[in-house]
Amino acid sequence: MPKLVKTKVENEGRVTEEYAWVEEPKTTPWDVEEELRVVGKPIARVDGVERVTGAAKYTTDIQLPRMVHGNYVRSPHPHARIVSIDTSEAEKIAGVRGIIHSKNIANFANVANIRFANHRDFFNDPVRFVGDEVAAVFADSMEIARAAAQKIRIEYELLPFVLDAEAAAQPDAPQLTQNGNLVDGKPSTYARGDVEKGFADAAVIVEGVFTTGAQVHSALETHSSVAEWDGKTMTIYESSQDVVGVQNRVAKLLNLDAARVRVIASYIGGAFGAKFGAGKFTLLGALMSNKLRRPVRFVLDRKGEQIAAGQRSATKQYLKLGAKKDGTLTAIQLTNYNNVGAYASWNPYTEGPARELYACENVQTTSYGVFTNTPPFAAFRAPGFVEGIFALEALMDELAAKLKMDPLALRMKNYSSVFPENGRGYTSNGLLDAYQEGARAIGWEEKKNGKRETRNEKRETRNGIRRGIGMASQIWYGAGAPPSFAIVKISTDASATILTATQDLGTGTKTILCQIAAEELGFPIERIDVEIADTQAGPFAGASGGSMTASSIGPAVREAAADARQQLTQIAATILKKRAKEIRIENGIVKTRDSEKSVAEILKEIDNMQILGHGSRNPNPSEYEIRTFGAQFVEVAVDVETGEVRVERVVASHDSGRILNPLTVSSQIEGGVLQSMGFALMEQRVLDANGASLNANLEGYHIPTIADTPKIETHMIDRADPLANNLGVKGVGEPPIIPTAGAIANAIYDAIGVRFYDAPITRDKVLDALERMERGD
Amino acid sequence: MSRIVKSDERVGIELIVNGERERVNVGPSRFLSDVLREDLGLTGLKVSCGMANCGACTVLVDGTPVYSCITLALDCEGRAITTIEGLSQDGELHPVQRAFVEYDALQCGFCTSGQILSMTALLEKNPAPTEEELRQAMSGNLCRCGAYVKILQAGMNVNR
Repeated sequence: MPKLVKTKVENEGRVTEEYAWVEEPKTTPWDVEEELRVVGKPIARVDGVERVTGAAKYTTDIQLPRMVHGNYVRSPHPHARIVSIDTSEAEKIAGVRGIIHSKNIANFANVANIRFANHRDFFNDPVRFVGDEVAAVFADSMEIARAAAQKIRIEYELLPFVLDAEAAAQPDAPQLTQNGNLVDGKPSTYARGDVEKGFADAAVIVEGVFTTGAQVHSALETHSSVAEWDGKTMTIYESSQDVVGVQNRVAKLLNLDAARVRVIASYIGGAFGAKFGAGKFTLLGALMSNKLRRPVRFVLDRKGEQIAAGQRSATKQYLKLGAKKDGTLTAIQLTNYNNVGAYASWNPYTEGPARELYACENVQTTSYGVFTNTPPFAAFRAPGFVEGIFALEALMDELAAKLKMDPLALRMKNYSSVFPENGRGYTSNGLLDAYQEGARAIGWEEKKNGKRETRNEKRETRNGIRRGIGMASQIWYGAGAPPSFAIVKISTDASATILTATQDLGTGTKTILCQIAAEELGFPIERIDVEIADTQAGPFAGASGGSMTASSIGPAVREAAADARQQLTQIAATILKKRAKEIRIENGIVKTRDSEKSVAEILKEIDNMQILGHGSRNPNPSEYEIRTFGAQFVEVAVDVETGEVRVERVVASHDSGRILNPLTVSSQIEGGVLQSMGFALMEQRVLDANGASLNANLEGYHIPTIADTPKIETHMIDRADPLANNLGVKGVGEPPIIPTAGAIANAIYDAIGVRFYDAPITRDKVLDALERMERGD
Repeated sequence: MSRIVKSDERVGIELIVNGERERVNVGPSRFLSDVLREDLGLTGLKVSCGMANCGACTVLVDGTPVYSCITLALDCEGRAITTIEGLSQDGELHPVQRAFVEYDALQCGFCTSGQILSMTALLEKNPAPTEEELRQAMSGNLCRCGAYVKILQAGMNVNR
């Protein structure tokens, strides 16, 4: 019998206890040493052909007859009350089908059903940032919608505004919400031990003030939604990480049973954390489709995407470390301000690394999530941790320099074999292996410590280039959790289909699910199909985020496949007149001691039938902590004439448990490294003094190109974690983005002897620092 | 050949798209990307930045890669346009497409048609490029997922 259990669920550093409906497990974890046939092999994506031929349909490709187009009118002011909105001229334009704004939205049914966190609304009045949504125009074409937007007259009363997070946290700052400027009304605080005593006991203390810029997701497919109401069912095509989340929200808005809302996200053109749940544009589009009885397409334009669709929040971090002479950390203290902009539903976990990475008895953190009149926050691949590691690992390097210790040795000295917050053991912890493997692969000992007479001697300049090497550590979640459900169907043609409402963001989810099912069923992978990202086709699966997809839905798929295999074995046993335990299924062949017959031959005996296997994700063990670990080592070349930093080589060594597919895993690693390199060297939203974005496009906002791409070597520890789940897998989506930026900053220091406290480390900062050094400042 | 067309005028023109003659009616400000996607249903190309920064809209015009999001449809009258849909022949993937699948040179896939067409155009002219030549030729095609390492591997191995 299935049972209802309480289970710990973490997502992006937020831990909650939730109920999960789980079945008795049908599988036991694969043995660490077990030789698997399909899992662990570098299998090409099962949907590769669709993705290289243009056959893959993304939300923005959906075209329906009589489609209406939505377009936002955005605020030109950082903080302003809306005195009046006059839409009369706009409504005269032929083809305008509706205009919704703060003054008339109450006329639309059920908008009161929808609540947004932290005082957000469909249309906030006062508006809170340049780019805030003031009205949505719906028209027969985008051209008409744009023309109508121009004709809407809005009178604003300007209010005082604040752009800087630390300033906004002061009591006299302009207030953005009735509840003040802090997310949830107060800072998040944490303490263990006695941090004052820790500093008193320290032989060496280092301090630094770090800032990091606002990094914009810049997915190539902008946020988009197409809503189609057929009189009974609302179908939503959405570029989304969470189809069930969209379904529930739209159902609530329209007062429909969830089954009457179908959400499809077959292909998603990049998400990176910004595409959870239903967008306001989704809900507005659904409202209008319901009202007009026409399909509504609402696609953000590039400018809207860059301004209003989310960001990794800019941070300011005051960090202080104390250590004994032998390097043992005695105290870590962090106060950070996360500039979450105008809206945020939670405060990113910038203090996570300070709390969790090292064995330190005395830790104190205070994290302010601060509302300002700047563009809003959305989760961005390891939110908080890229920023937190950038500061922590830079200061660890300073500490190492002061202690005259090798930076890697300092980290290994402070390695924690248990979770430092509660002393619990980990299901697995490959951090030391990652340090050693990464150091070996890059030649750390020789490059960092050899060749120079003394450890801190300056690097030589050759042909205008100075080279350096640096490293940083990674800790992150990625345990996965219930609830997640899957169905595996076997048809009489001996093909199998996996059904589940998870998503594939381009990570290769479909491929690993097919591998898991093929392994468990004993079928060739070519005979496995997979239908995901459609709430009508598959059972519940959670959002794809927090590096949780493989470790949440993967185990459920294995359970479902095991159920289907057991049924198939029973059928085969009856037909072959054998006992079930005498039967093995391998590569589509049913084998007994004295016979081999294909599954298709066996099933030919039955005209019509269907095997339906179902499976659910089992709870995580309550007595352990589950984390992913890793380390990256980076070599950079700094051009002392131009200030250009080129990352030449990255060695990424990570422990994510069992590797399901080394080909797609290395792609994940490379992508994470590149996005982190962008964060370290080039990516930053630039605002003017009034909070207007100066680079809300892909011209002024620089993301890495192929020309910037270093050599990236992936060295996975690849050791199954059977305590974690039945696959022994942990997540891999976010870990690789976490350490690269910190490692790059450390490598730059190694190259030119200048410590940069502010990311991104752009050429102007490098040149400026080199000039100051030359002048002897 | 240029001609004068009024801003509200629509002109019937012929494009040779993936080897087929297609007749479309376009105004003077209509972009090739919109004609291909909306009128002809060829949605393999994507419009992502709309201002020739990202290359997701890349198609070949007479064999040369162009940003179709800033190319006027009228300027393509009578010219041969290749989109991703026209690259595979008789159900067989083009060697560049095959290499992209084999080397996993894509993640979300949104930029992929542009990447493949840029690489195809390069390899037509230069069948054995150096890695540096590949980087140069492909640097007008952004990939936010960061599939570049694999794109380089694919490019270096298409003709091996």
